[in-house]
Amino acid sequence: MLTLIVNLAGLLLIAAIVWWFWLTGRTGDAAAAGPVPATSVEILVKDGVYDPDHITLPAGSAATLQFRREDPSPCAEYVLFPDLEVSAQLAVHEVTEVQLPAAGPGKYPFTCQMQMYRGLLEIK
Amino acid sequence: MSEAKQTFLLEGASCAGCVRKIEGALAAVAGVEDARVNLADKTLIVHGEASPEACVAAVENAGYGAQPVRVSERERREQQRAEEHRHYRDLLKRCAIALGLGIPLMAWGLLGGEMMVSSPGQQLAWGVVGLLTLAVLIYCGGHFFTGAWRAFLHHNANMDTLVALGTGTAWAFSMLVVIAPQLLPEAARHVYFEASAMIIGLINLGQALELRARGRTSAAVEKLLDLQDPTARVVRDGQEQDLPLEQVVVGDLVRVRPGEKIPVDGTVEDGSSLVDESMLSGEPLPVKKAEGDFLSAGTLNKNGTLLFRAEKVGAETRLAQIIEMVKNAQSSRVPIARLADKISSIFVPTVMIIAVLAALVWFNFGPDPRTAHTLVVLTSVLIIACPCALGLATPMSVMVGVGKGAEYGVLIRNGKALQQASGLDTLVVDKTGTLTEGAPRLTSIETDAAFAGSEKDLLQLLASLEQGSEHPLAEAVLSAAREQDLTLLETRDFEAITAHGVSGVVNGRKLLLGNRKLMARESIDIGEWQARVRELGEKGSTAMYAAVDNKMAGVIAVADPLREDAASAIARLQKLGLQIHMLTGDNEGTANAVARQLGIDSVHAELQPEDKERIVGELQDGGAHVGMAGDGINDAPALARAEVGFAIGAGTDVAIETADVTLMRSSLQGVADAIELSRGTLRNIKQNLFGAFIYNVLGIPIAAGVLYPFTGALLSPVIAGAAMAFSSVTVVSNANRLRWFKPEETA
Repeated sequence: MLTLIVNLAGLLLIAAIVWWFWLTGRTGDAAAAGPVPATSVEILVKDGVYDPDHITLPAGSAATLQFRREDPSPCAEYVLFPDLEVSAQLAVHEVTEVQLPAAGPGKYPFTCQMQMYRGLLEIK
Repeated sequence: MSEAKQTFLLEGASCAGCVRKIEGALAAVAGVEDARVNLADKTLIVHGEASPEACVAAVENAGYGAQPVRVSERERREQQRAEEHRHYRDLLKRCAIALGLGIPLMAWGLLGGEMMVSSPGQQLAWGVVGLLTLAVLIYCGGHFFTGAWRAFLHHNANMDTLVALGTGTAWAFSMLVVIAPQLLPEAARHVYFEASAMIIGLINLGQALELRARGRTSAAVEKLLDLQDPTARVVRDGQEQDLPLEQVVVGDLVRVRPGEKIPVDGTVEDGSSLVDESMLSGEPLPVKKAEGDFLSAGTLNKNGTLLFRAEKVGAETRLAQIIEMVKNAQSSRVPIARLADKISSIFVPTVMIIAVLAALVWFNFGPDPRTAHTLVVLTSVLIIACPCALGLATPMSVMVGVGKGAEYGVLIRNGKALQQASGLDTLVVDKTGTLTEGAPRLTSIETDAAFAGSEKDLLQLLASLEQGSEHPLAEAVLSAAREQDLTLLETRDFEAITAHGVSGVVNGRKLLLGNRKLMARESIDIGEWQARVRELGEKGSTAMYAAVDNKMAGVIAVADPLREDAASAIARLQKLGLQIHMLTGDNEGTANAVARQLGIDSVHAELQPEDKERIVGELQDGGAHVGMAGDGINDAPALARAEVGFAIGAGTDVAIETADVTLMRSSLQGVADAIELSRGTLRNIKQNLFGAFIYNVLGIPIAAGVLYPFTGALLSPVIAGAAMAFSSVTVVSNANRLRWFKPEETA
């Protein structure tokens, strides 16, 4: 009986990992607040996440994003928008402005150098 | 008093009354602990946590103006360094506390101490240890748990997730053993508090060491920043005052004394001096600067005093732009990292799944004690997996490689350019300005017997004609005339005839200067001169026919001297396996002569500017990986078409903005440096990626117990933690090896 319970729990755990991190996480449906207009907020870099981590911008115009880094660990030091060829070094306990060029509609992920911090910029 | 300090530049403040009024207004602002006005430099320094907007509003309400002074890049870096140092000490402290508990516990176990719970006394004793371990997990490893939880809420999983799950599972299992041992088989009543504490300690230690090693990767930018002095001597209202660099504005008059660095970009208004620009242009000899000459921030004034007008300050100076470019390039992605990026993005959940599967296998099929084995395998797999090594493999090498390039005057635009430069097999080189000095000189003037006059007379006529021309060869004729103190004569009806030459009337005489086509068009018999022109061309000069009053008068030859190090640079590039193609607008004879002197096999002569891009395209269509070296302005389309464009522009703004690689010194050696550096960096990246892949590919199965049938033991979670902590340190240290890179020329 115990063996059955443990095995069942293990398999359910795997299913939960796949569902939580890859299925719901990727579509963004589970994001409680939904995407946030990027220019209206300060993006907090703390405890392994960008907050908000799903932001939007209008297509065709350059924009400035504001990142406030509160995590002193080196992981959080850089933010990269690989598809826009933009990167910036974030100062600890300060707001760093990151200039983005005008870009076409699409989804542009942004991450730290090690891809542990992950966010999504949606240009509409 | 609070450490927080803000500086504002005041407007309209001029007397002691203003000072009182402003300071009084600030005193009423919430968060201001102290406010001091300095009338001499019209600044306001505010201590406290007040917002800058509130301070500005208070000053404006008092009837004055204020704007926050920018924090200099140097100050910012100092603040960040202090912050990093604080974090480093914090990590070491956490490490010491965690190991302070973990090491005695581990020693107890290793020395044969009881790690099982089989009596109420042991329950009590291990219960106390469990609570102590919980305190360690919260104080020394709390950030892993909060990070893991916040990441979880965002459907994300990172290194914190693995550490928190690994150490949390070990602690929770051990507490279960302590609180309710009867729920577990007797052989599984083992506690693992030492593993939790040791892992937290080791990972903190690893992060501290990584922080240290990472600090060294940005040494190049630090060096560039150190080129700037923090203050400038500004002359305002006839008075000289030392001001922080951030307070210098465009239009300020700045005085620089011998031995001082130029603080901002500007133009000399008074004085003359030698200025050492080697840090920006790589030019070893100091350059003479006098009225009207441009000065760049960061260069060193040698022997005279200069008074100059500031034209570019702060982020606008060339030095600041170079620093910005280096920083951007240092944090850019390299295409080779794409696979590592993809793996990183699914790494942690995948490891979690592997850990659960491995645990289930041990639970179902493993030998006794199964429960203990299951727990050890689960914890070890979670802990040994290191996404950081994978994620750090490329960025660290790019950071050091790009920074090293800047030290040698090679500015690399981004990681993509760095990677592509390593794969080049063909280099297209524009002759003028790249292989040659770009400043043609008159090498020979010969007159026809029919010309009534000396060589000097012919030069005077031709120089007079050329004074209206903008062709680079005209400058050679004019400077030769200037050297001989010849007076230029009156010229009219000047005409530049495209692809032929020039014509005009000098002192009433009709002059023609150009190629054979011009002479044929004007029906002038060039007689024996054709052979002479060919001969001069074969020596590398560009020779032109001169006719006066429709009769052949002689020839002049102009040559653009080869750069001193062109031949050695070409030899070095060929040794690196590159095939060199030379492009030039010169005639074939001249071009071949230059190519022979330099040992270049492939020559494309008599080209129009637009042909250069076509040739690059043709070579690419033939399967070659083509780099193009040019001056960055005239060759822009070809530079853009090539996989890597090297602008030998001595750092002109245009070149910095457009080229993939900008060479600060005007030498082709820089291209060889860039290629050697890119190959070295790519090699380093591959080593790092290989190391990180192999580490995870071997480490995870070992932690899952694949060696158990051979060794009869499982990997201890503590060893897994140590391996994980030091894997990322190893990657950063390997990247740091690039700091000792030296191009072959200087090695």
